[in-house]
Amino acid sequence: MKIAVLIKQVPSSEAKIRVGGDGRSIDTDGVEYVVNPYDEFAMEAALQAKEKFGGEVVVFGLGGDKVEESLRQCLALGADQAVVLRDAAFQGSDSLGVARILAAAVKGAEPNLVFCGKVGIDRDDAAVGVMVAELLGMPHVSVVTELEWTDESHCKVGREIEGGSETLEVTLPAVLTANKGLNEPRYASLKGIMMAKKKPMEVKDAAALGIDASTVGSGAALTNVVKMEPPAERTAGKMIQGDAAQMVQELVRVLKDEAKVL
Amino acid sequence: MAKKILVFGEQRGGALKKSVLEIIGLAQSISGGGSVDVVTMGEGIGSVGEALAATGASVHVADDASLAQPSPEAYVAQIDAAVQAVQPDVVLFTASAMGRDLAPRVAARMGAGFISECISLDANGDGFAAKKSMYGGKVFATVESKAGAKLVATVKPGAHKAAEAAGGGAVNAMAVAAPSSLGAKVTSVQQQATDRPDLAEADVIVAGGRGLKEAENFKLIEEVATPLGAALGASRAIVDAGWVPHHYQVGQTGISVSPKLYIAIGISGAIQHLAGMRQSGCIVAINKDAEAPIFKVADYGLVGDAFEIAPLLAKELEKACS
Repeated sequence: MKIAVLIKQVPSSEAKIRVGGDGRSIDTDGVEYVVNPYDEFAMEAALQAKEKFGGEVVVFGLGGDKVEESLRQCLALGADQAVVLRDAAFQGSDSLGVARILAAAVKGAEPNLVFCGKVGIDRDDAAVGVMVAELLGMPHVSVVTELEWTDESHCKVGREIEGGSETLEVTLPAVLTANKGLNEPRYASLKGIMMAKKKPMEVKDAAALGIDASTVGSGAALTNVVKMEPPAERTAGKMIQGDAAQMVQELVRVLKDEAKVL
Repeated sequence: MAKKILVFGEQRGGALKKSVLEIIGLAQSISGGGSVDVVTMGEGIGSVGEALAATGASVHVADDASLAQPSPEAYVAQIDAAVQAVQPDVVLFTASAMGRDLAPRVAARMGAGFISECISLDANGDGFAAKKSMYGGKVFATVESKAGAKLVATVKPGAHKAAEAAGGGAVNAMAVAAPSSLGAKVTSVQQQATDRPDLAEADVIVAGGRGLKEAENFKLIEEVATPLGAALGASRAIVDAGWVPHHYQVGQTGISVSPKLYIAIGISGAIQHLAGMRQSGCIVAINKDAEAPIFKVADYGLVGDAFEIAPLLAKELEKACS
């Protein structure tokens, strides 16, 4: 089985995010970047499928030098090969542009299965994985929380919906976007980390991917972030005093009379 | 500029998703004298079509056994047929499990721009401008679509006024456009038997964290939530510890919420948690550590023992809310 995993590098969820000097992007100074948390579940699902059926896991990442760290971590976990997608023409792509780049790269690898996280926790778009499926002409299931293999080309997956879940039968090839709860991602072993240094990491540009540069990048972007603002400040409110019973009575009173939310 | 707007009329099992009416209301308010069409699909959904037409929108209905269960492959083909017929400037979805699943695929098929989870959306000359949260609520972005470009967007429920019954919308039956075989097919749907509202849409949320000490003490949260008719929330710490399922998690790697009232019990307030709940109307924090960061965003703070306060609060709320 050939499995592609799409990896994004994002600021850690613990990072403080400040608006940058241009007022339309974030200040990346001092921000720690990590593998997108949902991509870790995608990566684990890919490794489990490989362990079950044999084959190969190829990880793809778009970006500068930093993304190589994330891809190297995936190699340490057990991916066989990494592909970095990098070209000045890719800069400023919107979600569809990013999906076009990834779809072109993934198509070349001819995978049976494509995994990615359900959403990047930076832009919170939850768009690219599903768009890649459309561009590849593959079915997709998004927000997958359960996965059970029937055989090498069929699986049963569960996805969350409002107040419950749906079960689907999937025939490969397909794109699955992973949610938290799908599995427990493993840690890299020392041996894995050593081996990762010798595994192939290839850099591909627009020409190598056969991408028409006019369909990606800022020139082709149909949406643009024009402004970023911090959330409205909240000031610390009233500390309610007294013993437990007094505090509770006072709280219920203010919720009713002041905040008018009861 | 007058806009042609197509809205996806989401339904499940013949019940129209309530927030669709909000999206139609939004569409009517920004169309600038253009047009509002709705496309809906399923099996046995005649009443859904009528309810949608009552808003005055032109409704395109595909009613067929092959559309009984949602499927990106089938539904996107059907929506695309409506896009071909209507030639809209923008296609709007409610930001639900189904809307989020379909919308990016529709955008890719149309070659359109895409903005997800819009808190607001308005016409902006020859294009559109939307506001959405990014980084789990740590920043808010204004996103514009390029002039003249088609757009697909998902809109957060609860942010817009529902369309009122104006009557007079036409109902057009559509031919089935879905492919005959599907690569991914829904075989069953499990709905949890619960009286509680969905976390993402709840007006009141009561959430618990590590201050509860053990999984079984989460029942204190339930006791406080019950008289309020509240949804249950949780910090990442107790989700990761396996006390409650992931869909309870509020924060950057969970659900971002903005209820009228958010009661945090035993939650210290990690940055990624605060990002996901600081848009709430009124925040109450109960924590034994007076220095906990949660108090910096709380409208009302109670420093004390959750095990003592929560049962008393449940009792007082029962009296107050009955």
